[in-house]
Amino acid sequence: MSTAEFENTDVAVQELEQAIASPTLVQERPLEMQAEDVSVWFGKRKVLEGVSIDFPKNTVTALIGPSGCGKSTFIRTLNRLHELIPSAAIAGTIRYEGKDIYAPEVDPVHIRLAIGMVFQKPNPFPSMTIRGNVLSGLKLSGMKRSDHDQIVEQTLTAAGLWNEVKDRLNHAAGDLSGGQQQRLVIARALAVNPHVLLMDEPCSALDPASTLKIEETIRELAKEITIVIVTHNMQQAVRVADNTAFFLAAEGEPGHVVEQGATTEIFGNPKDQRTLDYVNGRFG
Amino acid sequence: MSSPLAGRRTRRPGWIADQVFRWALLLALGIGVITLATLLCTVVAAGWPRLNPDLIAHMPSIRFPERAGAQSAITGTLWVIGCTALVALPTGILAALYLEEFARPTSRFQRLVDVSIQNLAAVPSIVYGILGLAVFVRALALGQSIAAAALTLALLVLPIIIITTREALRAVPRGIREGSLALGATEWQTAYRQTLPAALPGIATGVILAISRAAGEAAPLLLIGAVGFIAFNPDGLLSGYTTLPIQVYDWTKDSRAEFSSLAAAAIVLLLILLLALNVTASWIRSRARRRW
Repeated sequence: MSTAEFENTDVAVQELEQAIASPTLVQERPLEMQAEDVSVWFGKRKVLEGVSIDFPKNTVTALIGPSGCGKSTFIRTLNRLHELIPSAAIAGTIRYEGKDIYAPEVDPVHIRLAIGMVFQKPNPFPSMTIRGNVLSGLKLSGMKRSDHDQIVEQTLTAAGLWNEVKDRLNHAAGDLSGGQQQRLVIARALAVNPHVLLMDEPCSALDPASTLKIEETIRELAKEITIVIVTHNMQQAVRVADNTAFFLAAEGEPGHVVEQGATTEIFGNPKDQRTLDYVNGRFG
Repeated sequence: MSSPLAGRRTRRPGWIADQVFRWALLLALGIGVITLATLLCTVVAAGWPRLNPDLIAHMPSIRFPERAGAQSAITGTLWVIGCTALVALPTGILAALYLEEFARPTSRFQRLVDVSIQNLAAVPSIVYGILGLAVFVRALALGQSIAAAALTLALLVLPIIIITTREALRAVPRGIREGSLALGATEWQTAYRQTLPAALPGIATGVILAISRAAGEAAPLLLIGAVGFIAFNPDGLLSGYTTLPIQVYDWTKDSRAEFSSLAAAAIVLLLILLLALNVTASWIRSRARRRW
């Protein structure tokens, strides 16, 4: 990485910190999504109990907590992806733009078009080129758009990858590094114009430089869309999230939300002793 | 106590067991390799005088063994195998796709299907011959035709194709499917556009091995009436036929010396065909580098 790039990153980090330091009362923005008393079972085992979280428009919400406390399960209920597990069952309500996404007449395919997702492990489609990956969502949904080149450039730029791949858009996606692959799948998710982007530990497999780039991307995207991010990295939550929800599961008990609110509150002035211990790295 | 490195070199405990085991393994390997080598050398030596272009260019002949060739058996094999592939490939791959991507793995029906397919793969090929005789030759009145042979062999290799295709599909990481579904793809689009292409190298390998198994089968074809002596090339699905394994069987029945060497030459030909198929399979496997 060149010095110039480092400086750029530095500036971006400062911007991030400023953005977070000036809380614009995000709670008062209209809600994009809302989870109300959500419980999830896998077979007979209850893994999540009574989770209620509001996701205001154009905010980043971080879900933190130790492994196995149901964060990933919860984020997957937000675009009905947990339904892929045959034994999964859900209770409670999840609203997107005011409408229940589990209503019988709702097609999960439409939900997933509006609510994109990025996974822990980069999963570009191996048999496709970089360009093909970005456009794959459009092709799948049959969206007729003539400006493919423009979409590729826009989304790859938004994901912070354009400069690195603009000369090899027709190369196989598998040739990219892990960090580049992850930014590629972010671009892929953005190409279908989602209103919400779910990110399940998007940086856990990446090096610090790639992580910073993706965090910049997240802050940039939050101007347009609503983001929910699961992370194990406390600093990351502080850097990117407006709101934070702390999940916890006692031994053999389903996971639940211990505390939630503005990120500055959760990290700076937690009400619950367990939250304080967790954000200070005393367990988890 | 002295250092383990100092003094007389001692053999560590278990050294003898190690050596015995090592030689036992080599011996086991040797038995296989030597048998194969002996077999190949014997066959090539026996068939050598007849391993010339005439073998491919000439039709079989009962009265003139010195001029006889295996052309009708070669074309017959290609016809039968081609038709077998046309029937078994789409059926097997689609069945595997359904079982792996769409069926609920917990249902009792699914488990029953699983067990049945495993068992079908282990059924002796002669049993498929009996089935083919009853269903295709008699009930469907296809007679002693290429169609009957191809359908019988297709049934024979179907379980193998389904099992290997399912394994190839299972090896595709879950992330690919999730990525596709999260983009708003339907289950069918995910299976067709992402999972299937990603599994293709593995599927191709399994399919080729299954087809090469069908190419070497004689038993079921004997039952459904492949004819040993056919002096013409097949001209359609209902044409009579012979195949290389059948031709070999027919020639070895004849006591004249020319025919035994002719049979050996045809065996070499069959081995070359099977080897070519297997090499193709491993080439596809090695070319498809792991992309995840």
